[in-house]
Amino acid sequence: MMDNKMIVEGSLQREEGGFSFLGRLPYYRGLGLSMIEDIIVSVDGAAIPREAIRFCVRDQTYTLDEMETVYDNRWNFGEKARIVALNGGLPAGNHAITFAVRMRVSYLPFVPTTKDTKQLAMAA
Amino acid sequence: MSSTIKRGVSLYSYQNETFQGKMSLEDCLRTSAELGAHGIEVIGEQTFWGWPECGAMQEDIDNWHRLIAKYNCVPVCHDFMLDYKRYKGREMPFAEQVASVKNDIDFGARLGVKFIRALVSIDPAVLVAAADYAQEKGIKILIEVHAPLHFDHPWIIRHAEAFEKSGSDALGFLPDMGMFLFKFPPVWKEKFLRIGVPKAIADYVEKAYEDRVLSEYVILNVQEMGGTGPAVAMAETLRHNAAFEPKRMLDYMPRIHNIHGKFYQMDEDYVEPSIPYDQIVKVLKQGGYQGYICSEYEGNRWIEDAQEPDSVEQVRRQQVMLARLLGESVEPSLNTTVAA
Repeated sequence: MMDNKMIVEGSLQREEGGFSFLGRLPYYRGLGLSMIEDIIVSVDGAAIPREAIRFCVRDQTYTLDEMETVYDNRWNFGEKARIVALNGGLPAGNHAITFAVRMRVSYLPFVPTTKDTKQLAMAA
Repeated sequence: MSSTIKRGVSLYSYQNETFQGKMSLEDCLRTSAELGAHGIEVIGEQTFWGWPECGAMQEDIDNWHRLIAKYNCVPVCHDFMLDYKRYKGREMPFAEQVASVKNDIDFGARLGVKFIRALVSIDPAVLVAAADYAQEKGIKILIEVHAPLHFDHPWIIRHAEAFEKSGSDALGFLPDMGMFLFKFPPVWKEKFLRIGVPKAIADYVEKAYEDRVLSEYVILNVQEMGGTGPAVAMAETLRHNAAFEPKRMLDYMPRIHNIHGKFYQMDEDYVEPSIPYDQIVKVLKQGGYQGYICSEYEGNRWIEDAQEPDSVEQVRRQQVMLARLLGESVEPSLNTTVAA
């Protein structure tokens, strides 16, 4: 659900050592960060290594490994988190960003992964 | 004759709009109240950012009570989650699960609700252990009976037996009307067609559902028709949905205190094509039900790939249907449109 609303339009920007965009949790509620099993990002078909991804929400930044034991913070319903990819940077122009989230949901008998791909423009 | 059954809305229904910031909490309450659906159900952690890991801000709770009063609404139910898989690789210990439920009982009390909704996968012993605390706070814990489970399933019977053995009135049931799925929902079929299910297979699954063919046979037949991927997924929805009988609620009426008015689509003629609300309301009246039926629109996820859901219009249509079935003399209507 909310698959096509995960990546926030027009949110691509430069970061030191990479780029970022805004992402929302594809779910009808929020989730404690320890239950985010994985965040997968690729740009123009090239996967970003897990250790090069950072998750930033309300001025707190986490690696994905760190998030696994974060029990006092959440990704709230509809909240725009900043997803940072430390890939060395992106040239100006359009880029195909794919963003997937795998989450551990207590009541589900499976571990869902939800994905969105959008064309985002990096300003010159 | 008008009924004692009351109308409400679960704010789950407006999720497509609230997720995108197109509707505020005030929009949700005003819209529901204008439709005469004064009972309000929330998923605490959808409506209140921070809950439960970071707590909810008192100003948000104050705002909730201000809006409830402003629109003459009634807080009905807080749906809690209990994330017993919070820790990777190990289940949350029993005592911590009970403490977590008590935390949600406190939160429900802050919101002023009489009921909190427990997910059906929760161990009945956890709820029994929290029952006395709920009683003290004036709250009942209701397990949501949701497809593929139903009132004759051994897991639900186990809950019922645990509740009876406890002797507590603070434990009960919240049936989700989606378990009475009499027809394959048209919005499901259309979605499966969009993602590539051949029409002949989609037609077959729809017909097999109406014929009440056992899911495992339908899955095998679809595979033999050459179905793969999405076609098999369409057939597999029959594993998780069935046309259980609304009258099965009658045995449990003393413990049924809230109803999820699940729907996948409301047509322009005010009919939910797959869920028999006429029969459902008849059974609830027969059983002397006096609580709320809270709209729970779940068609959003089935159409969002093709069109932007119009949750308010869908809820309006269901509320018109419910008001008619309940014998109300005034047709619900909206005076205020929500700014897009």
